[in-house]
Amino acid sequence: MITELGHFALILAFLVSLVQMVVPLIGAHKRWPGWMAVAEPAASLQFFLVGASFAALTYAFVVSDFSLRLVYLNSHSAKPMLYKISGVWGNHEGSMLLWVLILALFGAMAAWFGGNLPPTLKARVLAIQASVGAAFFAFILFTSNPFLRMSVPPFDGQDLNPLLQDPGLAFHPPFLYLGYVGLSICFSFAVAALIEGRVDAAWARWVRPWTLAAWMFLTIGIALGSWWAYYELGWGGFWFWDPVENASFMPWLFAAALLHSAIVVEKREALKSWTVLLAILAFGFSLIGTFIVRSGVLTSVHAFANDPERGVFILMILVFFTGGALTLYAVRASAMEAKGVFSVVSRESALVANNILLAVAAFVVFVGTIWPLVAEMIWDRKLSVGAPFFNMAFTPFMVMLGLLLPIGSMIGWKRGKLGRVLRSLAPAFALSIALLALVWVMQGGRSMLGPVGVFLGAWLVSGAVVDLLSRIGQSRDYARLLRLPRADWGKAVAHAGLGITMLGIAGLMAWQEEDIRAVQLNQPWTVGDYEFTLLDVKQVQGPNYFSTMGEVSVVQDNGEIAHLYPEKRNYPVAKMPTTEASIDYRFLRDIYVVIGDAQDDGGYVMRIYIKPLANWIWGGSILMALGGLLSLSDRRYRVAAGARKLAKTSAVPAE
Amino acid sequence: MRLIKTLAVVASLALPGAALAVQPDEMLADPAEEARAREISAGLRCLVCQNESIDESNASLARDLRILVRERITAGDTNEEAVDYIVARYGEFVLLRPTTGGWNWLLWGAGPLMFILALGLGIVYVGRRSKADAPTEAGLSDDERKRLEEILKS
Repeated sequence: MITELGHFALILAFLVSLVQMVVPLIGAHKRWPGWMAVAEPAASLQFFLVGASFAALTYAFVVSDFSLRLVYLNSHSAKPMLYKISGVWGNHEGSMLLWVLILALFGAMAAWFGGNLPPTLKARVLAIQASVGAAFFAFILFTSNPFLRMSVPPFDGQDLNPLLQDPGLAFHPPFLYLGYVGLSICFSFAVAALIEGRVDAAWARWVRPWTLAAWMFLTIGIALGSWWAYYELGWGGFWFWDPVENASFMPWLFAAALLHSAIVVEKREALKSWTVLLAILAFGFSLIGTFIVRSGVLTSVHAFANDPERGVFILMILVFFTGGALTLYAVRASAMEAKGVFSVVSRESALVANNILLAVAAFVVFVGTIWPLVAEMIWDRKLSVGAPFFNMAFTPFMVMLGLLLPIGSMIGWKRGKLGRVLRSLAPAFALSIALLALVWVMQGGRSMLGPVGVFLGAWLVSGAVVDLLSRIGQSRDYARLLRLPRADWGKAVAHAGLGITMLGIAGLMAWQEEDIRAVQLNQPWTVGDYEFTLLDVKQVQGPNYFSTMGEVSVVQDNGEIAHLYPEKRNYPVAKMPTTEASIDYRFLRDIYVVIGDAQDDGGYVMRIYIKPLANWIWGGSILMALGGLLSLSDRRYRVAAGARKLAKTSAVPAE
Repeated sequence: MRLIKTLAVVASLALPGAALAVQPDEMLADPAEEARAREISAGLRCLVCQNESIDESNASLARDLRILVRERITAGDTNEEAVDYIVARYGEFVLLRPTTGGWNWLLWGAGPLMFILALGLGIVYVGRRSKADAPTEAGLSDDERKRLEEILKS
């Protein structure tokens, strides 16, 4: 019964989205206030209906209602509760429902918090948002309905893929979707602005918090996914340049570019049409990502569905929305004239450079991702584009970005003084070069990867500190630091976070140690500075798996520093084995221990990895997201303050 | 080159599984030769898996290929010869790092070409902005603009 109500709510949400798509758009065109006003309650209603539908599906998973096909295929009565719930979005149909839930959530939030928007813009934004929603409601209802029943309900389910039964992955999809579905609202703002034919500082101010929020969630989502890969896949890889990872990474790069270019529109009324284009591209790439994940045209370990019908449907959605928006852009972009004048040495120029580097980097990822498809279709060549390509082709742009960032972020608006900025950054630069030299000597002059990573990390962090200190001027009144706007802190924290992530990636790649061998119980062996002993191997039974659990003692300088329990699990229902690495997390390095197969002579294969600076990758990501949050909390305050003043001038003619 | 090799070894794709990829019984006695084998196999794609190198894969075909690579090394092949040997039998699909042959120059050149193009456009844009006159006509009336500036300052 509850399932049917959920199904019905989903159909109603589809109908509401159709109304919300058509009526306010006509209303905005004809200047009929009543028709425009439909958008707001419709957006709220749509969100509550999808919410009810999602809750109904969650309920079916929680009570293990195996008469529902989706629950039968992805759940099991013996599964822990957390994974019963996360199982809702651990499959194609349920994750699409989460997709539209978040889409509707952003639409509803724009309705609730968009009180200061001019009525026509607001009506158009909500109508565009609803049109995206309508397309995806149709997709779910006609090709991927989660509410289908089975005529003969089985006794128990087939269990969720055991790899997905993990706390890190339980929360990875919601954050990821909050990120790249969140970019839909920027898209709606961009298309609405094109229809209105007007982009100004106020528009950028409305768009920027949404971009920041989406980018922040996307950062957390990607970091969670990469952390999960690190500890779960059994050898500590954290990024594979897999098509599906690239699918989330491209919108991240575009969103990063967008949130910087929107600053230029907001403060200087320049880069307008480029910013609108970026907003379209950012969500366009979210749709491309959805297409890649769901269609199976690019083979990937993460892909959910390999269904041509679904692929074609999403391709149509993709072509319609990005194609339509870009056509509209081609017709209307010329109407958006830049106003701000700035010299070559200025913050504006620096942000143009930021956008060039981020957009080109995203382009490289895009070309690498689709190249196998292109080569096969045009030249009938079956080839692969793997990590070695991306590392070579992508990295240079990130290094350039890191080099320029501290300088660019301190140059003044309009007409900057390069000499002054370079002088104040000189100590930071000297420190970073000194660290580079030190590290290079210490590692015995091998590759430059580690030292360059150390340089970039130190340069970005110390650059952020210098930037903050420059804000208090010569006064040396450090209490003023705390009174700086939160946006300044957000900027410094996020930029420092980027440096720390770069340092972590370079350090891990350059200095990791690996050891694979077959060992006997109680016979110690040495890897790096550590001595390992396999003390015991036990068979253990978990709630829905059997496990072979080793007990490993790690000794350094004659003192035991860690006791680790690596596992090899077997999930009988899903018929899948997993490795559960046991990791000793430390500030400067992780010790990563994996147990392998039993050998004929009674020994076990053991793999040990010493992973320097691993935690810095995710620590930096958290800082980036925190920077976004700080900046966002500052903005919201100011947007709200602006709202009161704008309310008086809401009669602004909309062209 | 060392940098690229390190990147290649560390960043190839893995799938989890009970049997871990490289097994001790496959490894060559000579550490230098074994290191070469690891390096080669990190750049070769497992054919039955999706997007992972034979160095990380647990599939039996990947194991066969790993052993084949080691056989070629013990037979005295250079790294290039060993890779060519595999490519001759399995096609260029196995190469995780695509060649630059044929139209693939476009793949490798895409980034640099786009960068030059974008840089050119950026320079033209910045140049034009730095020479432009201050805006004369505004979409907002003076009154509105004053209010907007107040808001932006606050």
